[in-house]
Amino acid sequence: MQTDPMTETRIGLNALRDQLRQPRSQLKGRQATPEARAEVQALIGMPPADGHRRDLLIEHLHALNDCFHGLFERHIVALASEMRLPVVEVFEVASFYHHFNILKDDQTAPSITVRVCDSLSCSLAGSNALLSQLQHELLNVNVVPVPCLGRCEQAPAAQVGQQAVALATVASVTGRVTAQQTAPNPLPEAIRFDAYQRAGGYQLALQVAAGLKPHESVIGCLETSGLRGLGGAGFQAGRKWRIVRSQPGPRLMAVNIDEGEPGTFKDRTCLEADPHRFLEGVLIAASVVGCDAVYIYLRDEYHEARVLLTEELAALQLNPPCALPRIELRRGAGAYICGEESAMIESIEGQRGEPRLRPPYIAEVGLFGRPTLAHNFETLYWIRELLEDGADRFAAHGRYGRQGLRRFSVSGRVRQPGVKLAPAGITLRELVDEYCGGMADGQTLYAYLPGGASGGILPARLADVPLDFDTLQPHGCFIGSAAVMVLGQHDSAREAALNVMKFFAHESCGQCTPCRVGTDKAAQLMTAEVWDADTLQDLAQVMGDASICGLGQAAPNPIRCVLDYFPHEVGGCV
Amino acid sequence: MSTVHFTLNGLAVEAPAGKSIFNIAKDLGIAIPHLCHKEGLAPDGNCRACVVEVAGERTLAPSCCRCPSPGMQVRTDSERAIKSQKMVLEMLLADLPEQGYKWLDDRAQAPHGELSQWAEHHGVEVRPALAVLRREAVPADLSHPAMAVNLDACIQCNRCQRACRDLQVNDVIGLAFRGAHTQVVFDVADPMGASSCVGCGECVQACPTGALMPKSHIGPQKVDREVDSVCPFCGVGCLVTFQVRDEKIISVKGREGPANEGRLCVKGRFGMDYIHSPDRITKPLIRKIGVAKDVHLMDGRTDWREVFREATWEEALDLAAQPFNALRSQYGPKSLAGFGSAKGSNEEAYLFQKLVRTGFGSNNVDHCTRLCHASSVAALLEGVGSGAVSNPVRDVEHSDLIIVIGSNPTANHPVAATWMKNAAQRGTRIVLADPRITDISRHTWRTLQFKVDTDVALLNSMLHVIVTENLCNEEFLSQRADNVAELKAHVQGFTPEAMSLVCGIPAETIREVARAYASAKAAMILWGMGVSQHVHGTDNVRCLIALASITGQIGRPGTGLHPLRGQNNVQGASDAGLIPMMFPNYQRVNDPSAHDWFEKFWNTPLDDQPGYTVVEIMHKALAPESDPHKVRGMYIMGENPAMSDPDLNHARHALASLQHLVVQDIFLTETAWLADVVLPASAWPEKTGTVSNTDRTVQMGRQAVLPPGDAKPDLWIIQQIAERMGLCWPYSGEHDGVAQVYDEMRQAMAQAIGGIDWARLNAGSVTYPCVSADDPGQPIVFHDHFPTQDGRVCLVPAELIAANEQPDADYPMVLITGRQLEHWHTGSMTRRATVLDALEPGATVSMCSAELVRLGLQAGQRVRIASRRGEVALQVRCDDGTPLGTVFIPFAYVEAAANELTNAALDPVGKIPEFKYCAVRVSAL
Repeated sequence: MQTDPMTETRIGLNALRDQLRQPRSQLKGRQATPEARAEVQALIGMPPADGHRRDLLIEHLHALNDCFHGLFERHIVALASEMRLPVVEVFEVASFYHHFNILKDDQTAPSITVRVCDSLSCSLAGSNALLSQLQHELLNVNVVPVPCLGRCEQAPAAQVGQQAVALATVASVTGRVTAQQTAPNPLPEAIRFDAYQRAGGYQLALQVAAGLKPHESVIGCLETSGLRGLGGAGFQAGRKWRIVRSQPGPRLMAVNIDEGEPGTFKDRTCLEADPHRFLEGVLIAASVVGCDAVYIYLRDEYHEARVLLTEELAALQLNPPCALPRIELRRGAGAYICGEESAMIESIEGQRGEPRLRPPYIAEVGLFGRPTLAHNFETLYWIRELLEDGADRFAAHGRYGRQGLRRFSVSGRVRQPGVKLAPAGITLRELVDEYCGGMADGQTLYAYLPGGASGGILPARLADVPLDFDTLQPHGCFIGSAAVMVLGQHDSAREAALNVMKFFAHESCGQCTPCRVGTDKAAQLMTAEVWDADTLQDLAQVMGDASICGLGQAAPNPIRCVLDYFPHEVGGCV
Repeated sequence: MSTVHFTLNGLAVEAPAGKSIFNIAKDLGIAIPHLCHKEGLAPDGNCRACVVEVAGERTLAPSCCRCPSPGMQVRTDSERAIKSQKMVLEMLLADLPEQGYKWLDDRAQAPHGELSQWAEHHGVEVRPALAVLRREAVPADLSHPAMAVNLDACIQCNRCQRACRDLQVNDVIGLAFRGAHTQVVFDVADPMGASSCVGCGECVQACPTGALMPKSHIGPQKVDREVDSVCPFCGVGCLVTFQVRDEKIISVKGREGPANEGRLCVKGRFGMDYIHSPDRITKPLIRKIGVAKDVHLMDGRTDWREVFREATWEEALDLAAQPFNALRSQYGPKSLAGFGSAKGSNEEAYLFQKLVRTGFGSNNVDHCTRLCHASSVAALLEGVGSGAVSNPVRDVEHSDLIIVIGSNPTANHPVAATWMKNAAQRGTRIVLADPRITDISRHTWRTLQFKVDTDVALLNSMLHVIVTENLCNEEFLSQRADNVAELKAHVQGFTPEAMSLVCGIPAETIREVARAYASAKAAMILWGMGVSQHVHGTDNVRCLIALASITGQIGRPGTGLHPLRGQNNVQGASDAGLIPMMFPNYQRVNDPSAHDWFEKFWNTPLDDQPGYTVVEIMHKALAPESDPHKVRGMYIMGENPAMSDPDLNHARHALASLQHLVVQDIFLTETAWLADVVLPASAWPEKTGTVSNTDRTVQMGRQAVLPPGDAKPDLWIIQQIAERMGLCWPYSGEHDGVAQVYDEMRQAMAQAIGGIDWARLNAGSVTYPCVSADDPGQPIVFHDHFPTQDGRVCLVPAELIAANEQPDADYPMVLITGRQLEHWHTGSMTRRATVLDALEPGATVSMCSAELVRLGLQAGQRVRIASRRGEVALQVRCDDGTPLGTVFIPFAYVEAAANELTNAALDPVGKIPEFKYCAVRVSAL
């Protein structure tokens, strides 16, 4: 083709080339703008002499996310600069947590975010239809499905901004959106500091702190009671105290209220009712184990509980019954994995919530590299009662040779879902019949999940197995946090298994290959009408054997249970 | 060391406690697949390809992160372990694209580097059920000029992140998002080319699968040969391996070396293709008769053929040498001068100075050390008796405090800076003292942004604090220092309160830093040209010597004085005698015994008076005819004074005024443009020779490719000139007798390198002083004495001296010149390296945003900067690290040559020009 060397095109191309060769007008990478820097400073303050605390990064991200309804890139850059952190370090932390809504600088933040729970119990209660209706009707609102909100007894559950909506309907959600009702609900029933103290609260903590109650006797009581960690792992509480106490100081304590296991809502229920019973347990544990500081990690979904706990901590600190350790309340940001104790510790340090490799164990090398006592909320909630009533009384409960009491979070197809304080070792059938008023109308027991999403799925024929630590392992299941979800004859185990596998894929931290790739591929394979059992078994094996933490290790439980107990649902032999 | 007994695959094994199962197995020849694990990076245990079975444990254990405990029974080869190892490989492989980016050798069927290698090892193939679930492809990110990002080949092993953050501490790469969406990101998931990436390429070197690759080496990894050498750029002295295919260097790998441990920066890794530039001179050139010597003809429009004609070597060498002979006979030896090069080898430097001293007949030989650390060397020779560093850079890992003053190490000594940043990560406190706040400040404990030109005020006030608060190391002073009382008395007047008004640092901060330095268990001072390039450069360094001495922070690991050397061989060139007042190894030309020794050694009479320095030679070139020392002929090898000297209009005028100028270079530089004869030389990767880095480590560079066309090795050219000047040199052997030249130099420098023979260098790097074959070399010196006459350090008080040219109403601002990461020295090499040129394509002047507001300017706009000597036009870059009232210009850009503005005023002792301070005016264009 003939071209005229003097055409405009050529000149244009040369000009373009020159333009491309313009040197940058600033340093490499994004630079903090004065405006964004000022906005960040207004929220987090000017840096102290030795700089902002690195571990408060997530708190600072919350401040920005709350204020601007999202995290704009310009704020991430400015926050990094203010905290003298690499931009990428702030970004990778922010992008790990689902509740941080990262926005390009030219995007518009949603005025309201509506979250609709899509976990199993809410799904059984029709949350999928609710979600799609809301997405259809609320056009200028960010309506998103979210994993378990911890309100399975109120299914379907939703959140408008920071306000929880129980038994949500299109009308109850849109009403709140229209009225801009986004603040956390009040909790009028909670026992506040004065009432708690008037009723004899904190006497025990005072005695322990003053040495009137020997520390050894406290640990002895825990040991006699057989109290085990109630977050799911079930480690002997008394033994844990002894181990951490024997480590060199300074020692720290981390309290796990990241109650994210689908089906679990006992911690929230107790916290919203009687926060100081828990705090007194904290004080006693810190005193006996000798922890200088306590970090309470509360999942971000529990806005009501956070408001309450913030107020009650302030009341306690204003009027301390004894010398208090430093107590900091930390806010999760939407990550199930942070219920894993080492991931929680990472998160408290302001990092991505990626579980650590063990050894070393966190009792030796935990928070900020210090020996750390990590406890679930409920474990501490029991302390006062155990010490006041005596270990024997607690240990006297139990059925089928099991010992103690358990709080079961029961949801699904039962007449009266809720937190049920029942003897350890109770069977599912007894639990439903004696504590839940039986199955819901028209429902016949088909299957149940004894331990949330991770604990596996059992068929109705195994409804007479005692529910406790160690009793379900022979059946390929475990009790975990005692979140019992009950399925009826119209439900399917494969749907339940797919629901929880999608949940694991959504919540996998992505660190290790078996869990990151395995949950994702398994969830895809599990949509097939006829399952590829060989491939799923292979995935199950590598996930169970080679994942870093319990999430990936337990994720294949529903696969195996469906293949073992419900093969007819996935095209296998009955 | 305690050991652990355990069982590995049924074998009883004893291993050191704390050693990983992986490493124990490796030593026993047991191969375990591994992807996220790489030697040199902290084990992470995320890929799980290396899991092994431990008897009695519920789950498998990652062997890279697990150490055996006594009695443990481990199997790397159990059915269960192998099953998971294979599944991990299959799962990862299932998500990778069919066409990969890092083929094993030249096999397209093994396209994913280490992943393909381990898949082959275990015979893993992806089953169809997983192949159909391959994740969605991510578009390639090709925004960076040097590196391709293909995240479809990423396995999230985070080796790149650890390389970027743990090793280089450039902190650009992270793993963001979560679960299957976990993704390698740059900053806030920006394209790599738009991110804060500094292009060190450590990520590329770390990536196991080819998700991050050098654009020049994607696909087949097979090369024709790999040649071990040294990086030709800065003084850090990183070892490299050139990858050669079809007689071109297609990529560069970092090699394990004492200074770099495999690390490189953007120049070393991606800046090597300057040697293949079409601008290379490939034939000798001779100036056409009657063509004016005018550098302004280098405007990109004038063809070089209008100025020069090509010639044969025979003709060019005759035309180069004969006028030297004629000038020498007519005007005497002082009429000739030579500039050698800090970019060449030790052998070239040695021969060049020998040529000048024995052939030209005077000591008029110098090189660019005059422009960088001449004042440092002067003060160090006076104070501690040696111009070299006392401790290597990597000694910062033993320091609990380091002072970095007048230095921008992340830009100018990037790999050295990584060791400082690593130290900071481990808790070493870095104090940055510099008028410009640069990248290293993100890692500092305290940043002292003192006012330009007030170094002595700051340092004297620190000395004052240490003296008045009794923080001196009196034992050290009484045993090892002279002139202590004078120094102590002198600094009495310099209170932090008074000096705070001068230097702008709060008195309390001065006290805090002084106390911290004095009381540190080990503290080190590293400095650059911000200290040396002043008319009081020598005084600045005297203060640093005093600081180290009165606190006893010298002579031990983690202490001492380290002037960071700029050029790859500025240390070696100075050692080799490429300076006018010293023979090799700093033996003074007017010291009778040294003079006699060299007259005998070289078997020829020698001048016993020091020659002229770089800037003085330029003056002498313009001296009146009556001046008996007027310089009329020059031989310049591999230097570019027409860009690097201060007050360029003057320097270029001086060069153009010479009767005879011979320039030996690889490009037609601004200096070569003014030459009568231009001799095409060889680039560093085209020759074999040794260089000495900033740590005093001597290292060997080896020829990787042939010079282009008729270009010749420099060593050959020097010998040809020598021959034509009547010298009879006997060097023979391969590479133009380089080994014999080295051996002669070794005899002349026996006190430094006597123990390092050629064979030893061929085997590996050695640090001098090293005086015998069994001497391992001494990275740290001054343990118990200084190489001064009385063995003691001499403390020299310093007064406050102002810069030569102060701002005034006409020229109200201060210009600081310097370098930037991508461009090295005058840019003759780096601006012809395609990647470096793409990253920094044009001249900029940096100002802080407050200054821009004050002057009503916008970042990106073009401005004119004028001084009393010249003016340049360039683009504004916003850099808030630049102090108010000040502009910064890198001097690598011929189209806006910063040195047209600079002031040629000299430090009276070091004879170094004041590149770091002159008065300028800024105006919008």
